[in-house]
Amino acid sequence: MAKELWKGNEAIAEAAIRAGCDCFFGYPITPQSEVPEYMSVHLPKAGGVFVQSESELAAINMVYGAAGAGMRAMTSSSSPGISLKQEGITYLAGAELPAVIINCMRGGPGLGTIQPGQGDYFQATRGGGNGDYRTVVLAPSNVQETVDFVQEAFDIADMYRNPVMVLCDGLIGQMMEPIEWKPIPKRDLPPKDWAAGGRKGRADHNFITSIFLDAEECESHNDRLTAKYAEMEEKEVRWEEVQCEDAEVLITAYGTPARIALTALETLRSEGIKAGLFRPITLWPFPEKALHALAGQEHIKAVLDVEMSTTGQMLDDVRLAVEGQKPISYLGHAGGVMPTVEEMIESARKALKEVK
Amino acid sequence: MSASAVCSHRISIVTGHYGTGKTEFAVNLALALAAEGASVMLADLDIVNPYFRSRERRDLLENVGIRLISSSQACSDADVPALPAELLAILENRDIRGVLDIGGDPVGARVLARFQPKIVQEDYQLIYVLNANRPEVRTAEAAIAYLRGIEATTGLVCSGIVNNTHLCGETTEEEIRKGAALAESVSRETNIPILCHVAEEKFVPALSDLPETVFPITIKMKKPWE
Repeated sequence: MAKELWKGNEAIAEAAIRAGCDCFFGYPITPQSEVPEYMSVHLPKAGGVFVQSESELAAINMVYGAAGAGMRAMTSSSSPGISLKQEGITYLAGAELPAVIINCMRGGPGLGTIQPGQGDYFQATRGGGNGDYRTVVLAPSNVQETVDFVQEAFDIADMYRNPVMVLCDGLIGQMMEPIEWKPIPKRDLPPKDWAAGGRKGRADHNFITSIFLDAEECESHNDRLTAKYAEMEEKEVRWEEVQCEDAEVLITAYGTPARIALTALETLRSEGIKAGLFRPITLWPFPEKALHALAGQEHIKAVLDVEMSTTGQMLDDVRLAVEGQKPISYLGHAGGVMPTVEEMIESARKALKEVK
Repeated sequence: MSASAVCSHRISIVTGHYGTGKTEFAVNLALALAAEGASVMLADLDIVNPYFRSRERRDLLENVGIRLISSSQACSDADVPALPAELLAILENRDIRGVLDIGGDPVGARVLARFQPKIVQEDYQLIYVLNANRPEVRTAEAAIAYLRGIEATTGLVCSGIVNNTHLCGETTEEEIRKGAALAESVSRETNIPILCHVAEEKFVPALSDLPETVFPITIKMKKPWE
């Protein structure tokens, strides 16, 4: 099929429609407003329901209601708006409801900036809401992956009855790239016989809740969820390795910095510096075993983590995975500033020089 | 053909569906006009997009003497829909060659409406940029609907079509020709002439058979890894 030029955010919306999204609830915020804008025009034409809610809180709770009725529901926002949705996300996880949540990250904390950021890694992977829960977090690094992942996200959500987040940064949402609408492999999904969509001849109502007042009952609910998360960790983990076979300096990055790293690799390699990229595609589950094994390879001398965050957030997961096998250095920017190709090259050179 | 012959009016207003490459064309047009010796002002009036706006190329433009007017110079990363009063400098100073970079769609073009009474008194040209790879304007019918929407919103009349069909780094000669065919059918149905076909320098020789001018550009609105 011929390639088309799509803006990341409108492609997210179109991908969701193609994945059979029934309902979208959202509230505008830069840099993701094209998602609800596109949905408002095109989702009703596809037979779906679009509601611009009065707030982010309302949007995520509408998602809860629609998902509970067995609909494929989605919401999207950007960092501060996603913070507002955390309560709803933990309720979705607690009530085991499938939903797709898009976070087109901008710089923070607080209102921050409308320029791209990656400061929501902890929030996405650790759960910004209360309680023991996990959400699969897919982190695309170009528009093609974004549309593929959005379509897959609905299946993953339905498969595990769990919210799934697609975490991209503002640049991916705002940029134009050629994409192809590829057929996405469909999973064999369980029927939604748990949905509160009418009794349909059954004797009892289905009941959707996240409240289990009896302590033992609540613990066994948690045990069941934990077993489900273990299954997701086993089956859903994804990553990409680029030129890692002989790499001496290993760059770890996701999203836009991973894209910048690809250009840095070219220059480093042309200078005779063996550089590779390890790119987590799922941030949860984090590809811990794969990174641990790679970092243990003798040819790897140093690891350089790069993020659009000044404190370093994925850096914690990188450290946990590398487990002290090799030294780790960090390059981070925040507030909407992106790492440049040149400084990534310089940091990689420096990381290698320190160990040699 | 020189840039000042391709876009021969004093004020060139660059409009189109969003994502068609208006800003890339506007920046290249301003640079080409300046290189030909004109005193150029480029106004970034994009109130729709938060990223990839011509104000991001301020240094590049100012280094060659182009004055950049943008809607929020004190806070260029904001998405405040405010318009610069300095825009009047382009409208009132007839020694200036003006390029107006407008945000996408009729929504983005709305910024022009309040200046319409002044613009119509000047030698202006409303330019409609086409990109056949943008799914919402890939047919002549859809492209014309957007064009008419922009005219209705602004109260201005379009008098030139620019074919800017590309696929970012994956552009080929065939893509540009596909856009030329679309531009031709839009032109035939609207009687609006095609001003030029935009192409990176490397494609220019191969496109010499096209009946209209090929306007050579170099990519200025790069992504951080390009």
